[in-house]
Amino acid sequence: MLKYLWIGLIAAALAGCSTTPSTEAPVDDRSAAGAAGGSAGGAQTGSASGGGVTGSATGSASNPLRDPNNILSKRSVYFDYDSFVVKDEYRPLVEAHARYLQQNRSARATVQGNTDERGSREYNIALGQKRADSVKRMMTLLGATESQIETVSFGKEKPKNPGHDETAWAENRRDDIVYPGE
Amino acid sequence: MILLLRRWFAMGLLAFSPLFAPLAHAQLSIEIVGGAGAAIPIAVVPFGNEGTWPLGISGVVGADLARSGMFRLVDTNGVVPRPVRAEEIQSATWRARNADAVVVGSMQPLPDGRVDVRFALADVVKQTTLVSMTFTVTPQQFRLTAHKIADIIYEKLTGDRGVFSTRIAYITKQGPRYQLLVADADGNDPQSVVASNEPLLSPRWSPDGTRLAYVSFENKKPVVYVQSLETGERRAVANFRGSNSSPAWSPDGRRLAVTLTKDGGSQVYMMNADGGNATRVLTSPGIDTEAMFTPDGQSLVFTSDRGGTPQIYRAQLLSGQVERLTFDGSYNVSPRPLPDGKGLVFVRRDGGRFQVASLDYATRQVQVLTSGPGDESPSVAPNGKLVIYASEGGGRGILAAVSIDGRVKQRLVAPASDVREPAWGPFPRS
Repeated sequence: MLKYLWIGLIAAALAGCSTTPSTEAPVDDRSAAGAAGGSAGGAQTGSASGGGVTGSATGSASNPLRDPNNILSKRSVYFDYDSFVVKDEYRPLVEAHARYLQQNRSARATVQGNTDERGSREYNIALGQKRADSVKRMMTLLGATESQIETVSFGKEKPKNPGHDETAWAENRRDDIVYPGE
Repeated sequence: MILLLRRWFAMGLLAFSPLFAPLAHAQLSIEIVGGAGAAIPIAVVPFGNEGTWPLGISGVVGADLARSGMFRLVDTNGVVPRPVRAEEIQSATWRARNADAVVVGSMQPLPDGRVDVRFALADVVKQTTLVSMTFTVTPQQFRLTAHKIADIIYEKLTGDRGVFSTRIAYITKQGPRYQLLVADADGNDPQSVVASNEPLLSPRWSPDGTRLAYVSFENKKPVVYVQSLETGERRAVANFRGSNSSPAWSPDGRRLAVTLTKDGGSQVYMMNADGGNATRVLTSPGIDTEAMFTPDGQSLVFTSDRGGTPQIYRAQLLSGQVERLTFDGSYNVSPRPLPDGKGLVFVRRDGGRFQVASLDYATRQVQVLTSGPGDESPSVAPNGKLVIYASEGGGRGILAAVSIDGRVKQRLVAPASDVREPAWGPFPRS
C-alpha cells in the first residue's frame, strides 16, 4: 500500500494586489464602554463614574474600589473545572461588592466570566456566562439590585495565563468584577 | 517528507510566487498525512501551450486531486509525444505506468484575449473517453477553471461532488491581532474580512455564500455581526445585554439562530438575519447553545446541559419536541449536521482528550474520526465527505481535515499564526 505524500505550497497574492470582490473591513474599537451600532439593549456601563463615591477624586485614597487595603480592590473569584459554583472562600469578596452596590444605588458593575482553554469555544462562552451569573446571583441575594449588574462571558478567549498546565487553567477559570472606566 | 516538484507544478509555483516573500495574510499550506487506501492512480498530463501563461492549469488540477487523498498522481515525464487530445492517449503507455485514468488538455488563445481551455478525461482500463469539454475563459479565470475541471474529474471518478471550487473561512491570531479570513479551499488567495485587537470567533457562511456571521469581542463582550463579503458592509445583529454568540443560518438564509443571555442564562433564540425579532426557541434551566439548523430546516441540533452534562439534542421546530442524541461520555458538544440529513459531526471529550466524531441518526453509531487531544470546531464540506476542524501542531493552532470515513487526513498550517475556527463555505452558485 503506497502512501502518497504531497506538500502543496500555494502561491499567494500579496494583500492589496488582488481584485477579488471581498473587501477588507478593518475594525478597531478600543473604547472601553463602546457599543458599536446595534439592535436593542446593550445597556452597558451607562453611568460613567463609580456611583456614590464621595468626592470626585478617583485616586486610591478616596476610592475604596482601588484601595489595596480594601477587599473591594479584590475582584476575582476562581472556579473548579466544569463548575460554576462559588466556593465559600470567595463569599466575603462577593458580599463586599454586593454591599458596595447596595450602598451606592447608582453604581454599576459588570461580572466577566472566563474558562480555561479546554473544549468548545461556544460552550465555554456559555460556561463563563454561568460563572458570571453565579456571582451576580449571590450579589443580588446579598443586597445588590438586578439592574446594577451586567454579566458577560469571555469564554476561553481572553486567558489571563497563556500557559497550558493546571496552574494556568486554574487561574483562567475565573470571574472578574469590573466597574466602569476600568 | 519528500517534496516532489513536477515540472508543470514547479513552473506554476516558481513563476508565481517567491517562496519566502513576507505574506500579508496567513497563507495556509496543506499537506496530506494519510490517504485513502484505494487511491485512484491518475495521470494529469501538462496541457498543450500552458507554458505560455504563468499559471499552469494542469498543475492546479493535479494538486486538487492529490490533496483530496482520493487520487495518486502518476508520473507524466517522458511520454513523447505529449498527448493533448483524447485520441492521442495510448492506453498501453499509461497502463504500463499503472494509471487507471488520464487527463489531457490544451489551451488555445483567441483573438479577443480569451483562451479556449480544452480537456479530456479518459479511462485507460476500459479505453473510453469519459469527459471532453471546452471552457472559454480569460487568464484571470484560469485558477477557477482548473478547480472546475478538478471538480468534474472528481465527480466522474468517485461519484461525489467535488469541493475544489469552494472557499473556507477561518480565524488567525498573531500576537494581539485577530483576523477573519476567507481563502480558496486549497488555501490560495486569503482575503481579510475583518481584523481586530479583540477576539473573533464562530464564522458562519450564509447558505448563498455572500455573507458571514461571526462573533466579535470588539465591544468588550460577545456580539454577533453579519457582514457582506462583497461590500464589506456589516451590522451588529445581536447586541443585547449580556453575551450574544453562536450564530447559525436557516437554510433559506433569512433567519439566524443565536445564543443570547439577555433573559438570564445562555438560551437559543431565533431572529431575522438582518437583526430584530429575537424570539426564544428553546427553554431550559441551564445552558442551551451551539444551535444549528438541520438541512431540511425543520429542526435544530444543539448543545445543552439540561441533563447535567453537556450533550447534544435535537428539537423539532414545529412540535417543540426535544430528543437527546448523545449518551456516551460526559461531554458531547458542537453538533454540525451532515448535508444529507443522516447524521452529524461533533466534538466529544474522552479521558481528557477532545476529538471529532460522527453520529449516524439511524444506527446511533458514533465513529471517532480524530485522536485529539485538542480538536474542536468541526465544519463539514458541502459534499459531506470532508470535515475541517481546529487542532494543535507544533505548539500552535492549526487546521486539519479528515474524510467522513476517517481515512484521508490533511494538515493546514499557516506560518507564524495560530489558526482556528474554520468554516467551510457552500458550493458556489453558477
